[in-house]
Amino acid sequence: MLAERPQYILLPVKIGTIVISFVAALLLDFLPWKDVALVPDFVALTLTFWCVRQPRLVGLGVGWLLGLIMDTGNGVLLGQHALAYSLLAFAAITLSRRILWFPWLHQAMHVALLLIGAKSVEVLVRLVAGAQFPGWTIIVGPLLGAVLWPVVSFLLLAPQRRPVEIDENRPI
Amino acid sequence: MEHTPPPFFKRGPAPLVRLAFFASLSIALLVIDARFKYAEILRSLIAVAAYPLQQVATAPGQFAGRIAGFFASQSALQQDNAELRAKLVSSAQDAQRFEATAAELEQLRRLIGAQGRMDLKSTAVEVLYSGRDPFARKLLVDKGATHGILPGQAVIDETGVVGQVTRVHPLVAEVTLLIDKDQAIPVQVVRNGLRAVAFGSGSAGTLELRFMAANAEIQNGDKLVTSGIDGTYPPGLPVATVVRIERDAVAAFARIVCQPAAGVERNRYLLTLSTDAKLPPYPEDAAQPERKGKGKGKRKKESADAR
Repeated sequence: MLAERPQYILLPVKIGTIVISFVAALLLDFLPWKDVALVPDFVALTLTFWCVRQPRLVGLGVGWLLGLIMDTGNGVLLGQHALAYSLLAFAAITLSRRILWFPWLHQAMHVALLLIGAKSVEVLVRLVAGAQFPGWTIIVGPLLGAVLWPVVSFLLLAPQRRPVEIDENRPI
Repeated sequence: MEHTPPPFFKRGPAPLVRLAFFASLSIALLVIDARFKYAEILRSLIAVAAYPLQQVATAPGQFAGRIAGFFASQSALQQDNAELRAKLVSSAQDAQRFEATAAELEQLRRLIGAQGRMDLKSTAVEVLYSGRDPFARKLLVDKGATHGILPGQAVIDETGVVGQVTRVHPLVAEVTLLIDKDQAIPVQVVRNGLRAVAFGSGSAGTLELRFMAANAEIQNGDKLVTSGIDGTYPPGLPVATVVRIERDAVAAFARIVCQPAAGVERNRYLLTLSTDAKLPPYPEDAAQPERKGKGKGKRKKESADAR
């Protein structure tokens, strides 16, 4: 199965791409959504992607810092997202050697588990802190995030797929 | 990652060590924030970094709103104008009467030597977005400490109390809505002056009067206003209307559900009110309240005596 798929030799990733993708993800998360429970956590998704693709560059420290920004931006308990993203980054790095061998659908299933795990850490933290359980719709966000995994992968890998030498006759 | 890398490839601490480090750091932050409230300085520092992102994120919506406003139809505008003019005339009458009454009241107060009624300082704010926290009912508004917003201020719209400023950053402030589970507001029944405390009910979008005796004199349709005895909310602001009362002979307390008077989840423009209520200090020998009012208006329930 693996041999049938074309294997791309990707360009080395640029730090700028990673930074821009995280800024874009934060922007998407800070958009004034109607019901936040139904919206996928774009930052978590992007973090998962880079932890799987570039475990040497993006890891727990980046996840923790992003979590702090999310915490203050959303006005939630300080450390809630930080803890969830640290655990998410750890799990993603641990799985990084494995996930990329699977086809898209199976990759998305792995990611769904990771995102649900991160979300349940957040829920657990808040329940311990005395909040009310917000209902099972909260699981929709991580599932939608997993559905978006192939799209996000395609978009974030696009800069690395450009040819080294621009050829006039080549369409892309 | 079961194999250990050769020592000549420097890869820093092992992932598990890093995880332990960051997880314990997060848990320490959580405890500090939830229990001791010491993390506010760090929070406000990071909030400055997050603010431009928030601004950019809300810009498209505002821009779309402006475009939509530009193409609003002529007739709709004319109709709006006419309605507003009619409202202005009736409000002007009210305002004149109010001014006269206020002057008279001030005079009477001076006569009996009472302290002057406090001046309300108000600031108009615009809602940036609702908090991205499914566990709490909060809003972020576009003014903060640099605009004179203080924690504890009441937030109202044109029909009543919406909530309270609970956290202030330099450029934005966080408003906790009345219907949040942890939010409480001291109220008074307009009809008979009965005092109570209304608590948010979390997800249902209603308020609840807790600890009211099963035979408390309260009816469906009773209007609740702020009592003002907490020194945080100005007195007399509409809060809610009683919509359902369940009196159970078994339970000691009645279950009283109220509908907020204000458009708690609707409005875009709100007003923050601050009072300079000069309350005398709490007497030394009296029993200390359980929890010092952190601007939340949480108080022990007053004895439910109708004046």
